[in-house]
Amino acid sequence: MSLDELLKRERSGWMKGDGPAADIVLSSRVRLARNLADTAFPPRLSPAAAAGVVERVQAALPSLSSALNRRFALFPLKGMSRLDRQVLVEKHLISPLLAKNDAAAVVLSEDETVSIMVNEEDHLRIQVLMPGLQLEEAWRLADAADDALSRVLNFAYSDDQGYLTTCPTNLGTGMRVSVMMHLPGLVLSQQAGRLLGALPKLGAVVRGMYGEGSEAKGNLFQISNQVTLGQTERELTDNLSSIARQLVEQERSARERLYREMRWQLEDRVCRAYGILTNARLISSDEALRLLSDLRLGIDLNILPHVPPQVFSDLVVATRVGFLQKAASRQLTPQERDLRRATLIRQRLQAR
Amino acid sequence: MSGQIMCQECGQRPATFHMTHVINDQATEVHLCEQCAREHGEFDFLLEPKFSLHHLLAGLLEQHAGAWALKSPTQKACPGCGLTYADFARTGLLGCARCYETFAGALEPVVRRVHGHTRHVGKAPVGREVPVAARIQQLRRRLQQAVAEERYEEAARLRDEIRQLEASQGAAGGASREGGPRSR
Ligand SMILES: [Zn+2]
Ligand SMILES: [Zn+2]
Repeated sequence: MSLDELLKRERSGWMKGDGPAADIVLSSRVRLARNLADTAFPPRLSPAAAAGVVERVQAALPSLSSALNRRFALFPLKGMSRLDRQVLVEKHLISPLLAKNDAAAVVLSEDETVSIMVNEEDHLRIQVLMPGLQLEEAWRLADAADDALSRVLNFAYSDDQGYLTTCPTNLGTGMRVSVMMHLPGLVLSQQAGRLLGALPKLGAVVRGMYGEGSEAKGNLFQISNQVTLGQTERELTDNLSSIARQLVEQERSARERLYREMRWQLEDRVCRAYGILTNARLISSDEALRLLSDLRLGIDLNILPHVPPQVFSDLVVATRVGFLQKAASRQLTPQERDLRRATLIRQRLQAR
Repeated sequence: MSGQIMCQECGQRPATFHMTHVINDQATEVHLCEQCAREHGEFDFLLEPKFSLHHLLAGLLEQHAGAWALKSPTQKACPGCGLTYADFARTGLLGCARCYETFAGALEPVVRRVHGHTRHVGKAPVGREVPVAARIQQLRRRLQQAVAEERYEEAARLRDEIRQLEASQGAAGGASREGGPRSR
């Protein structure tokens, strides 16, 4: 697989729009932070030593491939264009920190479900990204990848403290489990602040906009575990799954109530969004995100039965700046982007 | 005056990005305006919640640095990577696996405060056994749950298993204390 092919492919595995509760949970992610025992952590690594880490990860790939029965390829960041790096960030395959680092590399499985960032904050960040609410499946795959790698790489680990990480906030399991949720019902019914605000008490961290008057951001929230030490991986996974399931229930009942009590306002809002998205000639990324969220709500409530649900996650990614530029194969001015974004959205929605 | 919270970075715009960590009933909050959140990368939804954790750490490190400095006035550097405690306090990042031993005394309270725990109970690399203490802790949790859910047969079985492990741990611990070579 070539990087170029992979980058032009808009739909990563996690964007397929299927999976359990996929109408509300866009994706599930598990990531494990691992370091090599005998080498300084990335922030204190010389360029030569960093290259050595990349080589050792490269040498470990056959073990990974055979254990997971998947093909993997390693792509060094050095020599990768700025645009390609941005697209990898927009596909959620690498972090902005990694994108800036010439001594780093990224390992990708062909279906983009498994990725490994090499020389990010830790030597390895093993990541599994799946559509819908599938934390347990994601954990099982991450666990298998980690086991396969630990057979050939000597990870920094102590019996008392577990996996030793560059930042002590990741110590222990080195694990961050997260879900990305679309919660327009809770935001519209003004319950998001109360419900999400209570999550830290349950061991979860929420990122997203949920203050007053902040429904503009696509109603997307990322929820992840707060601590990494003192709980088993399974406990962390189960806890977050159960939080996500409860939020799914709350979101569903909020949508039902809204539809029952404010049907015409809701239909009006959804259909106006559809109207603008199918007619606009210029559209900013913020406006697109807001209207796409309304559109997705309308699809889920069967107000727009002819629009396929995955246009939401497809377009959320495909209308981002890096993607538009990759498709155009050049840098674009802000107005060119707004023009291309609007055109792309119209095409996607009218192709049905 | 409205009850709106202002951004704690710029103090200029109302905060619309909120994040709270609650550990051991102590809350650390981060409130940012959209612009500042974006600058800190907090806005890229699927990415790591880095910024707020570093905020949390920075406060803790300052708090504990004083006590640590009194105890070890030499400001020793890590033999593995040369990192000093001052470096760590500035960045919140460690330099190598040996830093965890070098700065053990300073790290312990920080780790306890961040995680509410100090002992790993999760998985181990292939070929390394999960330590007995961790296994006991895992079993104790399952026991609690079994009792709470009134699965008494399973609870009895778990209790036996825990006793057995505790006995073996006592024996092994005693042996290594008496006969085993000391690791430094
Ligand atoms: Zn601000
Ligand atoms: Zn060190």
